[in-house]
Amino acid sequence: MSQPTRFRARGLTKRYGKIEVLHGIDLEVGAGEIHALLGANGAGKSTLVKIIAGLIRPDLGLMELADQAYAPNGKQQSESAGVQIVQQELSLIPNLSIAENIFFTKLPSRFGWVRYRTLHRDAAIALKRFGLHDLDPRTPTSTLGVGQQQMIEIAAALNQDCRLLILDEPTAALTATETDHLFTWLGELRQQGVSMIYISHRLEEISRLADRISVMRDGRMIGTYQASELTKQQTIDLISGTPEEASADKPAFEQADPQTASVKPFTSYAQANPLMSVEGLCGSKIQDVHLTLHRGERLGIAGLVGSGRTELLRAIFGADRCTNGSITVGKVRRQLGFQHPKQAVDAGIAMITEDRKHDGLLLSQSVQSNLSLASLKHRFSRFGLIKRQHERLSGSQIQQQLQIKSAGLEQSVNTLSGGNQQKVVVGKWITHQPEIYLFDEPTRGIDVGVRNRLYDLFESLAQQGRGLVIVSSDLQELMETCDRIAVMNAGRLMSVFTRGQWSEEQLLQASFDASASSDETAVEGQA
Amino acid sequence: MKRKTFLSGLLEYGGLVLVLVLLVSVFSLATDHFLQWQRLQIIANQMPVPIMVAVGMTFVLIIGGIDLSVGSLVALSSAMFGLVITNWGGNVWMAVPLCILVGTLCGLINGTISVAFRIPAFIVTLGMLELARGATKVATDSRSIYLGKTVEGLDAPLPWLGLSPAILLALATVIIGQLVLTRTVFGRYCIAIGTNEETVRMSGVSTKPYRIAVFAGSGFLCALAGWAYVAKHQTVDPNAATGIELAAIAACVIGGTSLMGGRGNVVCTFIGVVIISVLQSGLAQMGVPDAGKQMITGLVIIVAALIDVIRIRLTGGKTQ
Repeated sequence: MSQPTRFRARGLTKRYGKIEVLHGIDLEVGAGEIHALLGANGAGKSTLVKIIAGLIRPDLGLMELADQAYAPNGKQQSESAGVQIVQQELSLIPNLSIAENIFFTKLPSRFGWVRYRTLHRDAAIALKRFGLHDLDPRTPTSTLGVGQQQMIEIAAALNQDCRLLILDEPTAALTATETDHLFTWLGELRQQGVSMIYISHRLEEISRLADRISVMRDGRMIGTYQASELTKQQTIDLISGTPEEASADKPAFEQADPQTASVKPFTSYAQANPLMSVEGLCGSKIQDVHLTLHRGERLGIAGLVGSGRTELLRAIFGADRCTNGSITVGKVRRQLGFQHPKQAVDAGIAMITEDRKHDGLLLSQSVQSNLSLASLKHRFSRFGLIKRQHERLSGSQIQQQLQIKSAGLEQSVNTLSGGNQQKVVVGKWITHQPEIYLFDEPTRGIDVGVRNRLYDLFESLAQQGRGLVIVSSDLQELMETCDRIAVMNAGRLMSVFTRGQWSEEQLLQASFDASASSDETAVEGQA
Repeated sequence: MKRKTFLSGLLEYGGLVLVLVLLVSVFSLATDHFLQWQRLQIIANQMPVPIMVAVGMTFVLIIGGIDLSVGSLVALSSAMFGLVITNWGGNVWMAVPLCILVGTLCGLINGTISVAFRIPAFIVTLGMLELARGATKVATDSRSIYLGKTVEGLDAPLPWLGLSPAILLALATVIIGQLVLTRTVFGRYCIAIGTNEETVRMSGVSTKPYRIAVFAGSGFLCALAGWAYVAKHQTVDPNAATGIELAAIAACVIGGTSLMGGRGNVVCTFIGVVIISVLQSGLAQMGVPDAGKQMITGLVIIVAALIDVIRIRLTGGKTQ
């Protein structure tokens, strides 16, 4: 790169207690460079960028920003130096409006009074620039879906003085169009000389976007490479650190490469007898949904963010009220579905929720407590007393089966990496042994290794005759793992594609087309 | 594995026991007759009421709630003895069931209203605090009623031990409470609900019955405490146990229970009660005036909370 160096880090080291999580990291980012930071979960990427953004302080090491010593203490100092971070975890203030969130640190004001007219006008301009013109800046962010919230968060960061922008998995919750908008925008920023550190697990994005790639593994920097010089296979091997890394053995690459996983033949285990059928289900943001899930079937649900995919799963699971329709599981038909998740779980349904920190995990509790939470009553107790031996045995089995990396079952879940946390959520339901699994964005923000393990799990669950409903924004993922893909759209389940009869274009088409035609009904539904 | 749990157990109780030992040593050095079996018996026999109330409070705090009505519930349930014995001419054994019933019922009302209508427990139990205290005054005609030796049973020290049945009952509630908390589905759910209720709900558990039961349990323990109170004082007092809710919360906090819910330990709460009691009577014996006692007790509560935070940081918990 011919550009001058914008940011430089030397020997960054971070310890938590006795555990060193970063071992002397060096990193250089040029002016106007998009620098991708890759690594498996727990490699230390998030810790590194948190240090750069001043959210945590390193124990050792130096940083320079534009040839000036840079040692931020807190987010305010880093922001005033021109370093912005958009984190995986959403940090919007839910009760404040979109506009207030975007301009949170510099609300236009006169004598301490907020000038709302200016604020809303500026916010509307900012939203428009970002292709979000259909959003009202006065809307409280709590009413937005996760994808939209993520967009607002990025817009808020970009709206400030920014010399170095850090993006941690920005597209994880975005749809293809939103991602395109974001990329165009990032390209413009690069032209303006903004440097970016970009963390993503989606390698297509990296090759589309990045100038250089730095790979981390186990808290060490493995190296920095020109993006154009690395093939996908090489990248993946650098990330996973497989022994094939040194030798250029082609066949070995192919096994490790998820991009070629579609080459691996798909085996369908779908049977003819239905496991669950949903008829005419209506609820908040969903309308007249019909679907049938068969034994051993993996049913994907695609659709734009906000199309009601999550709401559909929640309605089936009894987490949200249904206003009409019925759900039949086995031979029991339930008018208006389940009234409480308890009923759904008793009927053999499990839901792996999208936001594991919000409603998937007991963060401050142990791996063990989390794993047995859903099955305590049915499997691990007698007369209300917990059968601890039983519980522990099952816990260690699940830990082994899913390869949850923790220092024992008593470790608290909030000290685990995101991927391992997700394994705990999945493990909670595997422990319960339900018939039907509802997965909501199961691989969001999760590295390639864990992702492939989940795909294998999907397959083995299907093989056991379980039924899976998988909601994902990643079309590639659905096309790799599912027997059928249904496309949701403004609360309706429009078209269902069978394996072999779909293409990415068709699925996208279905997501968009119907949304144009049924916009009005969606509005009516909300009113 | 065994060793590890032993070590973590030591870490859990060690600090509290250390504080207790320190206090006892200081008082033994500073006063003449502190570390005498008789003296300790007196202290122990004062503790049943705060212990039982604090055990219930521990569960309430663990689920992320709070119960401000405990003092009034102790008073109201103990007032039943006055009603039954003096007004209706009954005996102790007719009064006990009524006392238990009234306390539990009030707790149930606390829980049901706060859970069913999603009103913060703080507000509902604040209302109950006034309501039950007023009801106590109605029941007692706002006068202390002396009941005589007939009600002393629970407080009469056992000759071979020197301790009253009341303190044994209180210890039993500690042990049973700790077992319920750590060994039963109910206890595990309480901790889970206090940690993240939505996660528990989405794991297919109906959380409302558990939350209501915890408040009812707190009411039940207040009733037991009310019985112990009457036995000790042989009197029904309309102003009984005023302010005990704060003492109970303080004991829980000293024992490391989180006011945010999700974390607590009944045995630690018990040690918390013991620390407060030892502190109070030790200071009294040293001749420290009430004002000084109050200030020192307040200081201890704050220091305990500080130590707890530091301990969590050291053991690698999430610091935030």
